[in-house]
Amino acid sequence: MPDLRPVVLKLEGITKRFGTLTANDAIGFALHKGEVLALLGENGAGKTTLMNILFGHYTADAGTVEVMGQALPPGQPGAALAAGVGMVHQHFTLAGNLTVTENILIGTRPLWRGGLGRAEARARIAALSRDFGLAVHPEAKVRTLSVGECQRVEILKALYRDARVLILDEPTAVLTPQETDALFATLKKAVAQGLSIIFISHKLHEVMAVSDRVIVLRHGRVAGEVATADTDRHRLAEMMVGAEVRLPAPSLARPGAALMELDAVSTPPEGTRPGLKSVSLALRAGQITGLAGVSGNGQGALADLVSGLVAPSAGRFEVAGARVERWSPRAALQAGVGRIPEDRHATGSIADFTLTENAVLEDYARPPYSRRGWMNWRAARAHAEKIIKDYDVRCPGSEARIRLLSGGNMQKLILGRALETAPRIILANQPVRGLDIGALTYVQDRLIAARDGGAAVLLISEDLDEILALSDVIHVMSEGRLSPGFPRGTKTPAELGVWMAGQGFDHAA
Amino acid sequence: MRLEPVRDASLARRLGLPLLALAVTVVVASVLARLAGADPFATLGLILKGAAGSKFALLETLNRATPLIFTGLAVAVAFRAKLWNIGAEAQLYAGALMTVLVGTQLGLPGPVAIPAMALAAILAGALVLLGPAVLKLRLGVDEVVTTLLLNFIMLLVISMLLEGPLKDPMGMGWPKSPPIPRDARLPRLIEGLRLHWGFGLALIAAVSVWLIQIRTTLGYEIRAVGLNPQAARFAGIPVNRVIVKTALLSGGLAALAGFSEVAGLKGNLTLDLSPGFGYTGIVVAMLALLHPLGVVVSAIFVAGVFVGANSMSRAADVPTYIADISVAVALLSMVLAILLTKFRVVRG
Amino acid sequence: MEILDILLSASFWAAVLRIASPLIFATMGELICERAGVLNLGIEGIMVAGAFAGWMAVYAGLGLWPGLLVALLTGMAFGALHGLLTVPFGLSQHVVGLGITMLATSSAYYAYRLSLPEVTSPPRIEPFQPVHIPGLSDLPFFGEALFSQTALTYLAFATVIAVALILYRTPLGLALRAAGENPSAVEAQGLSVTAIRIGAVMAGSGLMAMGGAFLTMSAFSSFFFEMVNGRGWICIALVVFGAWRPGKALVGALLFAGFDALQIRLQQTPLGADIPYQVFLMVPYALSILALVLMSRRAEVPAALMTPYNRGDR
Repeated sequence: MPDLRPVVLKLEGITKRFGTLTANDAIGFALHKGEVLALLGENGAGKTTLMNILFGHYTADAGTVEVMGQALPPGQPGAALAAGVGMVHQHFTLAGNLTVTENILIGTRPLWRGGLGRAEARARIAALSRDFGLAVHPEAKVRTLSVGECQRVEILKALYRDARVLILDEPTAVLTPQETDALFATLKKAVAQGLSIIFISHKLHEVMAVSDRVIVLRHGRVAGEVATADTDRHRLAEMMVGAEVRLPAPSLARPGAALMELDAVSTPPEGTRPGLKSVSLALRAGQITGLAGVSGNGQGALADLVSGLVAPSAGRFEVAGARVERWSPRAALQAGVGRIPEDRHATGSIADFTLTENAVLEDYARPPYSRRGWMNWRAARAHAEKIIKDYDVRCPGSEARIRLLSGGNMQKLILGRALETAPRIILANQPVRGLDIGALTYVQDRLIAARDGGAAVLLISEDLDEILALSDVIHVMSEGRLSPGFPRGTKTPAELGVWMAGQGFDHAA
Repeated sequence: MRLEPVRDASLARRLGLPLLALAVTVVVASVLARLAGADPFATLGLILKGAAGSKFALLETLNRATPLIFTGLAVAVAFRAKLWNIGAEAQLYAGALMTVLVGTQLGLPGPVAIPAMALAAILAGALVLLGPAVLKLRLGVDEVVTTLLLNFIMLLVISMLLEGPLKDPMGMGWPKSPPIPRDARLPRLIEGLRLHWGFGLALIAAVSVWLIQIRTTLGYEIRAVGLNPQAARFAGIPVNRVIVKTALLSGGLAALAGFSEVAGLKGNLTLDLSPGFGYTGIVVAMLALLHPLGVVVSAIFVAGVFVGANSMSRAADVPTYIADISVAVALLSMVLAILLTKFRVVRG
Repeated sequence: MEILDILLSASFWAAVLRIASPLIFATMGELICERAGVLNLGIEGIMVAGAFAGWMAVYAGLGLWPGLLVALLTGMAFGALHGLLTVPFGLSQHVVGLGITMLATSSAYYAYRLSLPEVTSPPRIEPFQPVHIPGLSDLPFFGEALFSQTALTYLAFATVIAVALILYRTPLGLALRAAGENPSAVEAQGLSVTAIRIGAVMAGSGLMAMGGAFLTMSAFSSFFFEMVNGRGWICIALVVFGAWRPGKALVGALLFAGFDALQIRLQQTPLGADIPYQVFLMVPYALSILALVLMSRRAEVPAALMTPYNRGDR
């Protein structure tokens, strides 16, 4: 049955090329009044590019955007905003030094006008907060807000400008299940008031829960469009990746001795990020320990501890049965910790270094890569070429800069660098985030193989499905605290969600 | 407008844009000459002749390039590690001061005095930069401002010493130090030519820095820390120690400029020993894209511009500051040109 | 107690205001740039250019106020170049800033040599004269200490108020402060980060040039080489000392000028005669370093300072 509600936003034939890559290929769809449309796709499917075109940050090579029947001029960042389209970005666009009210007010008045009209603004913000269930203190400095509150400010920004279309880019990535529910409630209120919503996500159950209709993007094209009521998670997943999704099904683990042990370990907080609060954990040989939790709840602190960036401020910390005295990245490497960092661009590699230079980043100071301070580039190159071959890194060669590689190939080099040293302990922090399906399964298979080879693997991920599929034992983190370990198959996602919201800890403690 | 990376820049792009930057510089210089009422072509010709038109001119250029190679290397080494050493001027004077102190006060015989002066100079220059480096690492104090301010302080210290304890009693009241003995001077590089061993030393320094950068773990560490300190720290590179080592190396190199000027050219210390060699070193290093061997070429180029402009200004009535402007224009247009070899400007 | 005598003299306080004035202009200029996210190391050279341009304009027959305008425009022109290179092109703010300083300084010297080829001592102009404010200027002590300054000094103080008002009380200031903290917050609200940053650098550079012009048009009445003598670098330290706030930066400039005025006077006392004058001249630079060290722990640096912004990549 055709949707008879008026069309508020219409994209037609949007095409955008970057060099030889076609990021958007003739994408078109319409959004109706009062509708929640989910835009589903893997990383790199072209969602972000499409939004950048809609908001005038990029100019499309072809295609048109219409809001309420009016064509938007291309390449003008203010145009979509003025036409009533508001966007909540995945990375918040808030200035931490300003208050909530000030952030909402940026760009809402002519620049040269005197006075900010704070009083009226405050009243309107209060009304909007009430109407849409968006509780936030208008005079709080944004720097002091939690991520959930920041997101509410972002939504208020759009509503304050009378947005009729609200676009949310991966809005739940940073939320607890409870906050996610509150967000969905807000969206329902917005739709009831005649707003239309585009919900960008790659989380299938959320798409199923919140949307009326789903558009699936794959490799920059619309791969399918379907009413949410007429589909299910499996069919959506298939449309998204173009093939049946195979979740790894590792054989039963045979856990051995604890290779790294934390007993009531605490670490200092870093900025707004919590430190560890009296965490006890044993990473056992031949076992994948999964760490679930909403991002920013201390996973970073645990990763920093395991990788050597931070030393414990309290508690007992043992590696291979010996108490750790001096702890640093180099000490961790020497103790046999292989590390796959969360951010492969910022932490895992040096963009302007060649593959060879990146391959020896952790080992350059020891033979055969250097002797008495002199580098042996021949040995380094041989090492890089071995990783390239063994880990299937697609690249122009070992002397190419690593910035030319795709995320997946970059991750394979980092994986190879970590695994080549046959580490006893492996830290895998978000190892498959942003990878396409091929690279993703490759990395997961390698981690399972390392486990079967007797390594203790710590897997940190925000993707609960990944944790459930791969882990032999699962811990949940919340505000720096760690839950007890739950063996494979003993907890449902919903039960883990309760822990993620911080609700099991008081009983456990 | 937006910048978009260019994946495989064509040779035309990589060579053409820097050449265009040089062309812009020449055009600006021509306009300036015209403003002074001189014929642009004649002026440029005179500059070229003054810089390299005769054996004497060429040697003068090389002599002038010598301190610039040292300060250029100092800046190149530091900037590679993103240590913004704008204080090569102060380090140069620290080196010159130690050269004079060791050369005049200890009474060492020549063969011992020369290495002793050089070592003392390196030590002093390294220490002068160590302070700002430690303040940066320990307290997060921006080294740009501290190194800049130290330039002024160092010059006042020198001035104080030259009017006080270091004043040459035979100097007829001028604020200058006594000369270092003849046998403690750097010999001529080639007998009969007015070019001292400082130039040879500068070439050796350039090659050494180049080898350090590409062949040693320190060079690898410096580059890693400069390109991505976060990744370097994660990989176990001792970031702070690397920055301190870089500071010592950089300060020492700049100090050698002072050593070479005193021991090779001037023989004593005055307040006008350096007409801003430390600052010009920044231009030299940037024009060389921080490449140690490139520093030699760009130092000779910049020295040529200054020497040539000096001689031109005596012949034609164009102020010598035309050289300073041209060098600044060359710097700005070159960094822009280099950027445009890697990125293209796109609309939207 | 010589120090006490100095502190109790009205002329000392008058000198403090006089010494502070150029610093206030330039510090406000630098503060605007940095608040928008751009470190402007062109400050030293732009002050030289402003000092020359304003003075030259007056010497060439323009009035004092038109001369000041010429200085302002000169500064803005160099600011435009700085902004163009560092904002849309995102070039290193260190390198471009130092390049602008070299370019502006040598341009001023070149123009000076061109216009006055033969002179040995620079000609003088009739500078701004102290303004007599009825009532206030006649007050005992305070009249001489605070109310016998030239119009430019009062303008400097007015500038602080104007900068504070614009930063904290107008939509423009809001956008500017956001641009220095998180430029995408500005872009997402439909404003151009590029325009705001270039505008801030131009306006800030204009103020720096006025700071330079104060030297030739109010303090010394003629132009000579090296007259700015590191004042620009000191102003960068003052911005840090003032924690990027106009009011605190003003306090910093006054404190600084106080020490400077004090050391000048101490040089002439019997105590000062025993100490080499260079020690006194070092005081401003050493104080600046000290200020940076003291403030390092609790500095609220604009988060996006020195970070170029390229539209679209977040």
